[in-house]
Amino acid sequence: MGVSDMFGYYLDLALRSFKRNRVITALMVLALGLGIGASITTLTVLKLLSGDPLPQKSARVFTAELNPYPAAVTEPAERVWQQNGDLTSYTDAMNLLHAHRAERQAVMALTGAKIAPKRLNEHPFFSNGVMTTADFFAMFDVPFEYGSGWSEQDDESRARVAVISNVLNDKLFNGSNSVGQTLRVNDHDYRIIGVLKHWAPQPRFYSISLGGHNYGKGDAVFMPLQSALADKMSPQNTNCWSAEADMDHLETAPCAFVALWVELKHATDAAAYKTFLSNYVAQQISLGRFHHRDVALPDLMGFLGQQQVVPDDAKLQTNLAFGFLLICIVNTVGLLLAKCLRRSREIGVRRALGATRQAIFAQFMIESGMVGVAGGILGLIFAELGLWAIRHQPAEYAKLAHLDPTMFVATFVIALIASLIAGLLPAWRACVVAPAPQLKSV
Amino acid sequence: MEIQPILAALKKHKIPATLIVLEIALACAVLCNAVFMIGQRISELHLPNAIDQAGIVDMNVQGGDPKLANADIPRDLAALREIPGVTAATGIDMIPLGHSSSNSNIATSPGGVFQKDSPNVAIYMFTKGGPEALGLRLLKGRFFNDDEYVDSKPGNNSYVPGGHAVILTQALAKRMWPNGEALGKQLWIGPQNNYTVIGVVANVLRPNQNGGGLSQFYWSAFFPIGPYPVVSDYIVRTTPQDRQRVLQAATAKLEALSPGVVVKGKAFADIRDEYFATTRSMVWMLVLVCVVMLAVTAFGIVGLTSFWVSQRRRQIGIRRAVGATRAHIMQYFQTENFLLSTAGVVIGMIVAYGINLYLMQHYQLTRLPWYYLPASAIALWVLGQLAVLGPALRAANVPPVVATRGV
Repeated sequence: MGVSDMFGYYLDLALRSFKRNRVITALMVLALGLGIGASITTLTVLKLLSGDPLPQKSARVFTAELNPYPAAVTEPAERVWQQNGDLTSYTDAMNLLHAHRAERQAVMALTGAKIAPKRLNEHPFFSNGVMTTADFFAMFDVPFEYGSGWSEQDDESRARVAVISNVLNDKLFNGSNSVGQTLRVNDHDYRIIGVLKHWAPQPRFYSISLGGHNYGKGDAVFMPLQSALADKMSPQNTNCWSAEADMDHLETAPCAFVALWVELKHATDAAAYKTFLSNYVAQQISLGRFHHRDVALPDLMGFLGQQQVVPDDAKLQTNLAFGFLLICIVNTVGLLLAKCLRRSREIGVRRALGATRQAIFAQFMIESGMVGVAGGILGLIFAELGLWAIRHQPAEYAKLAHLDPTMFVATFVIALIASLIAGLLPAWRACVVAPAPQLKSV
Repeated sequence: MEIQPILAALKKHKIPATLIVLEIALACAVLCNAVFMIGQRISELHLPNAIDQAGIVDMNVQGGDPKLANADIPRDLAALREIPGVTAATGIDMIPLGHSSSNSNIATSPGGVFQKDSPNVAIYMFTKGGPEALGLRLLKGRFFNDDEYVDSKPGNNSYVPGGHAVILTQALAKRMWPNGEALGKQLWIGPQNNYTVIGVVANVLRPNQNGGGLSQFYWSAFFPIGPYPVVSDYIVRTTPQDRQRVLQAATAKLEALSPGVVVKGKAFADIRDEYFATTRSMVWMLVLVCVVMLAVTAFGIVGLTSFWVSQRRRQIGIRRAVGATRAHIMQYFQTENFLLSTAGVVIGMIVAYGINLYLMQHYQLTRLPWYYLPASAIALWVLGQLAVLGPALRAANVPPVVATRGV
């Protein structure tokens, strides 16, 4: 018999054996399917949560971490950054922005933006606002549907211009081109100069330290930072280190409320930029403004790692799911073994008729592989069910949980590996069955 | 029941026996930790919060003109108090378990706020009538008097409350003065901002844990405030039966009074539910996994035991033929399962402890209390006995005559 004939023959034998032990086979497939379903569900969520939100350039995009706190704060800088992330003071962020030492650079803060309705008798509502500077859109590859972002000149002249998301554009203008229209934000008129295509990076890396959501729908309105601050829009997360901080003049108050992100030409330029930051800090220390030398320049993924953006619950669930899968595999080993020992006589006959040990081994491995494929299909159904259930959970990332092609393939890879590992021991037990004693007892 | 022959038989079936032990051990280890996590989360869901949780409605009001706050806040509060069924109302800067929070480090000395261990606490500020509207429970001292509300104005646009009086929760008072009386002591937010502790109230939750974990969840301080823009919410107290009606009436009133503001009303019970929604869903997920895991383990035991019952039909027949009763055969399989389960749970308890150590290192988890170990062990013993019942009954029904047949 050729290899493919043998394979077909073993498939046939496996099917016959499944038919003979319907209950045990069903139990094996069900247990394996449950274990795989749970693992794939939690892995999909984990992959979603720990994904790269800017894959094409995340290695070249960095955020500056400084330590603007007073001399009396003696906590190590690592601890300060873990708690406050890249939140820093306005004066320093703007100095670094104006130095233009990176390919692109932007300073940003979040704000709750009160938007006036376009129709009569409707109430105003709050939207997620981003106060930032000109390079934000080009640096983060933000896609535009209509119009464009603003210029550095608009920043410096505190122009009242705004870019809005497609969601807000749909809500206010029914999706039509609203460039040139007026948007009333916090009782000031802003001219719309751009409308975005759908843009919601997951995780929303730039908002993590700024008091925004880590996951979920994107931001709705983007305005020049200096214009918005002049119009008294208040940043979402403000960290002050003096009880005398004047909240009405935040720009000069001893408070951190903005973040600085930079894009470098090459990832290798990071060392040079970090030196520039250190020199800046040294200069500020000599001026008496700074008291700590610490500087860090993590790249995007490094920053996400430092901020431990993936919730502990998601990691715990994944650990638990794999613990459960392990139990299901042990369970499958046991049941496969029981099935195979019960067939000692059949194996004896096949061995006596000339089947080699390898042939018996292959036959049983194919049988477990088939259990794996069936378990994988069932696992896929359970995973879809699990993800459906997750989408109905209250977590902010819940709506995004969908099975992607990679996880689809991963399901079958995990199923096959699990079942083949489970099949090893029973197949080995089967192939060492000696032909003679089994025949004798018949 | 003699154990010797069982052990001898198990020695002949080393691999299936090991598999059952392994499966029980794994199930026991996972069960211990999962049940522990469930317990922790359920106690989080039931954390006490000494305000009138069922009767409070929160009206979040944002987007008003800060320059008008001085006139708007007293006007709004007067209008809210007129709604039938409302017993008290106050303006406040944030609410327990709400979306926004104002926090500060505090200390018992002027320069202490920058010290590493200076506690970070929630800064609640409310207008006159705050204690009644929230339903604070006074344990020591007194609530604020009228003068203290009038005196208190945030100085120089700062986030720090003016005035010189503060009320602490019991947990925070204990943290600041572990061995002494908090009443009458001075508390500092900055070198120029000190406050006298005039009262201690039962524990009230903060808006969130602010990175400090459960142990700091009750670190709340209350300050009196006049009608200033820090007020972002009105708290309206009524009865649980009236709260939906009051909420609607309050929303309509506030929207009519200032058309430019965004009003969002919510019963406090719903705010609490939302805050703990992810915790609750995690509990359900853990429960589901435990149930399914135990079912899979039970099926595994049923499968393997059935297999070796059918393999030993002949031996069982012989034992029956030489005088063993059905009960003897039943007991044989039950004892066998008991021995395997025991080995399983002993290993399982050790693994459970190891997993807990690992989780403690990598996640915010505390040490597994010892009683979870025997509890899980008993659960798996019971599960094993239930799982073996079916196969053991089938074994007991093997007739003695099987012994005489050539299989």
